[in-house]
Amino acid sequence: MDRLKTFIQDFGWPRIIIFLFLVSLFIMAPFVQVRIDASISDVLNRFGQNAIMVLAMVPMIQSGCGLNFGLALGLVSGLLGATLSLEFELIGIAGFLGAIALATPFSILFGWFYAKLLNKVKGEEMTIAMYVGFSFIMFMCILWLILPYSNPTMIWGYAGKGLRTTISVENYWLRILNNFLAIRIGEFFIFPTGLLLFVGLFAAMMWLFLRSKTGTAMTAVGSNPQFARASGVDVDKMRTISIIISTFLGAVGIIVYQQSFGFIQLYTAPSPMVFPAVAAILIGGATINKASMVNVLVGTILFQGLLTMTPSVINSILQTDMSEVIRIIVSNGMILYALTRKVKVSK
Amino acid sequence: MMIGSPLLSIEHISKEFYGNVVLHDVSFDLQRGEILGLVGENGAGKTTLMRILFGMPVISDTGGFQGTIKIAGNPVHFASPFDALDAGLGMVHQEFSLIPGFTTTENIVLNRESMHPSLLNDVFGDRMSILDRDKMRERAKKAIEKLGVEIDPDMLISEMPVGHKQFTEIAREIDREQTQILILDEPTAVLTETEAEVLLKTLKRLAQEGIGIIFISHRLQEVLTLADRIIVLRDGHVVQNVPNQELGIRDVASWMVGRSMKETEIRSEPRSFSQIALQVRHLRVDMPGEAVQDVSFEVMQGEIFGIGGLAGQGKLGIPNGIMGLFPASGRVELKGKSVPLNNPAKALSMGMAFVSEDRHGVGLLLDESLEWNIAFTGMQIQGQYLKKILGNLFSLRDEKAMQALCEEYIQLLDIKCTSTKQKAKELSGGNQQKVCLAKAFSLNPTLLFVSEPTRGIDVGAKKLVLDTLHHYNLDFGTTIVISSSELEELRSICDRIAIVDEGRIAGILPPTADISEFGLLMSGSRVREAIHG
Repeated sequence: MDRLKTFIQDFGWPRIIIFLFLVSLFIMAPFVQVRIDASISDVLNRFGQNAIMVLAMVPMIQSGCGLNFGLALGLVSGLLGATLSLEFELIGIAGFLGAIALATPFSILFGWFYAKLLNKVKGEEMTIAMYVGFSFIMFMCILWLILPYSNPTMIWGYAGKGLRTTISVENYWLRILNNFLAIRIGEFFIFPTGLLLFVGLFAAMMWLFLRSKTGTAMTAVGSNPQFARASGVDVDKMRTISIIISTFLGAVGIIVYQQSFGFIQLYTAPSPMVFPAVAAILIGGATINKASMVNVLVGTILFQGLLTMTPSVINSILQTDMSEVIRIIVSNGMILYALTRKVKVSK
Repeated sequence: MMIGSPLLSIEHISKEFYGNVVLHDVSFDLQRGEILGLVGENGAGKTTLMRILFGMPVISDTGGFQGTIKIAGNPVHFASPFDALDAGLGMVHQEFSLIPGFTTTENIVLNRESMHPSLLNDVFGDRMSILDRDKMRERAKKAIEKLGVEIDPDMLISEMPVGHKQFTEIAREIDREQTQILILDEPTAVLTETEAEVLLKTLKRLAQEGIGIIFISHRLQEVLTLADRIIVLRDGHVVQNVPNQELGIRDVASWMVGRSMKETEIRSEPRSFSQIALQVRHLRVDMPGEAVQDVSFEVMQGEIFGIGGLAGQGKLGIPNGIMGLFPASGRVELKGKSVPLNNPAKALSMGMAFVSEDRHGVGLLLDESLEWNIAFTGMQIQGQYLKKILGNLFSLRDEKAMQALCEEYIQLLDIKCTSTKQKAKELSGGNQQKVCLAKAFSLNPTLLFVSEPTRGIDVGAKKLVLDTLHHYNLDFGTTIVISSSELEELRSICDRIAIVDEGRIAGILPPTADISEFGLLMSGSRVREAIHG
């Protein structure tokens, strides 16, 4: 009984409730003619699509910068990389990797400026970050219109300039990861091997990084910046590194998402992608100053599982579209829950 | 009111905080028109006594106190500072409690403003009265005049020199008609010498008008000039309560710091050293509350060098400045090599280590394991506890080496913990201090700074920590610089002790020097005594 109690305490009520809810959705699924195998396939797919964006939260949480509400900077870098890759007509795996390579310099540049700003507002990072993200997306809305892209698949047909709101990657690198070594079982179940391997690769790299000298210093900065400074660590530099890594992972994350989803979405599209990533890592058990790979894994599966199952199951039961409502309640509710439980680093 | 009964009498007051006795059977009287000088080292119980007197909630929250307070012969009980104010006590704090955006007048009469009734009074009551500014100004002027100083009643507090702020505070207390007792806690600390003189004159004048004054200061010369009677508190006891007649500053100084020599055993025999390890020239450190003005000294190779002095005089600023934690200027040389200031990494890599006085803020990663706490600095500065993987491409934390290191120090320093993975915040104060020491020792420093090594830990642990430092010095010949407010502690293990006063070194003494010598240096009276005596 005691062990159960400590387990519940460690795992946390929100996670248990969401987990039980998810299990009940799976149990209900067959009764409303929703196929379990298709659902699981869907969950895996969505997990792979989103996991890297959730992973992007880790470095900034560890370095004490809080949740990266300014992930949009990373997403925009990814969009720039993806559109440039299309502009240069890069196709297949070269197109996908090219998009990441082209996004990298942008993510480093944006991340660096973002870090400059956040280092000036220690203690208020999350609020500032949110506004940086929103305003940057709006600024990019102007740029998407006036940047001199010329690939006809991307620009508005009637004006001959300005990027479209959604651009298909079908003829370039659609499902390039998903289809790599994919295992098809039966009619409805596809195991997206390549996608999950790619996610695993990034998670492993992050895991190793957190165990390196720099990663250790970064964690110490998040745990007690004064201690780190007294031990000869450059606090601002560590924060800058963590913010650049986070922004870079945001860029990779959105490109992975696009190759699976099939479209590059521009203009205000990155806006609603930030909160789900924040919510996912919180559901996974991360706090505002500690996060691990397990948090990323558990959180993404639970959150994306919920998003996959609610439209099919709940909608069939209620005969109405509840999925969006549930997504918003869960993601905002989770963020609210985490912020009210903000445990300050003990002093 | 009984004629002849003292204005204020304190009878048998004792107070303990969680079993730690801070005041023990303190009794004294204050007569009408008398000035009482209250002196004592930091932690002697002065502040606690004043808090009790003023009915501060912190006292009742921690279990109240024993004994009685009588005002004019009647026992009183203050549930809050407001009761104390009503009973005629006035307090002038070390930190100003004034509203910067208000004028002198507004501050002096705050919450007791003179008012005209207005029409709205009939409906809404007194709160709708209109301020009578002329009358308020008159009152303020009168209070300022009483002090014998000149302050513009319409000046904003934020634009005033500090001295005027101090006088404004006193004026506010005097403006209260019922104020009979005035308590001043280190009122001259922020004043210039001339301002301090004016203040002392003012206080004398107030006393002549029948107000009883309790004057707390560590500047003994001021206390001796001003007070009619001197009370010395030490470790919560009243050790002296004498009229101020033919007292020398030397007497008071030794009462203040002196325990009998039997209690302190001086361990180190006089040692001689030949090489200079650390040379400091004109060091200036901008550390809030511990500013160092201009400090020069040498520390010899293999020596234990003590830095003592009262709180806030700058003894903590010295190590913090040299280690680069606070902005500093000046010249520091370690074995002839210049140490760049304001660069903690460089200071550490040159072979200096620092055990901070701020254990929780600077010394520990409270939310991390002991392994992290002890090994972290060595990893970052010396690249230890890392192992290469993928053919030297990348190095990772060597958890095993960290654990081995941690276990070694747990055994060596007898750190009480459940495992090397335990979080630092779960240990007791003394064990946390040992972890801080282990972190510094693991760097194998040539010079070790230790600040307040025994602050906030219990008696047994204190001795252990001091023994550890002493042995470390003997066994490895490491030069150690200890800053501490506890003079006895310094005298017990140091070879030489520098006393810091007002950001400067007042003097350097051997531990065997007479206790009164230390007291004199601490009260900043070296120069002044020469003038007066």
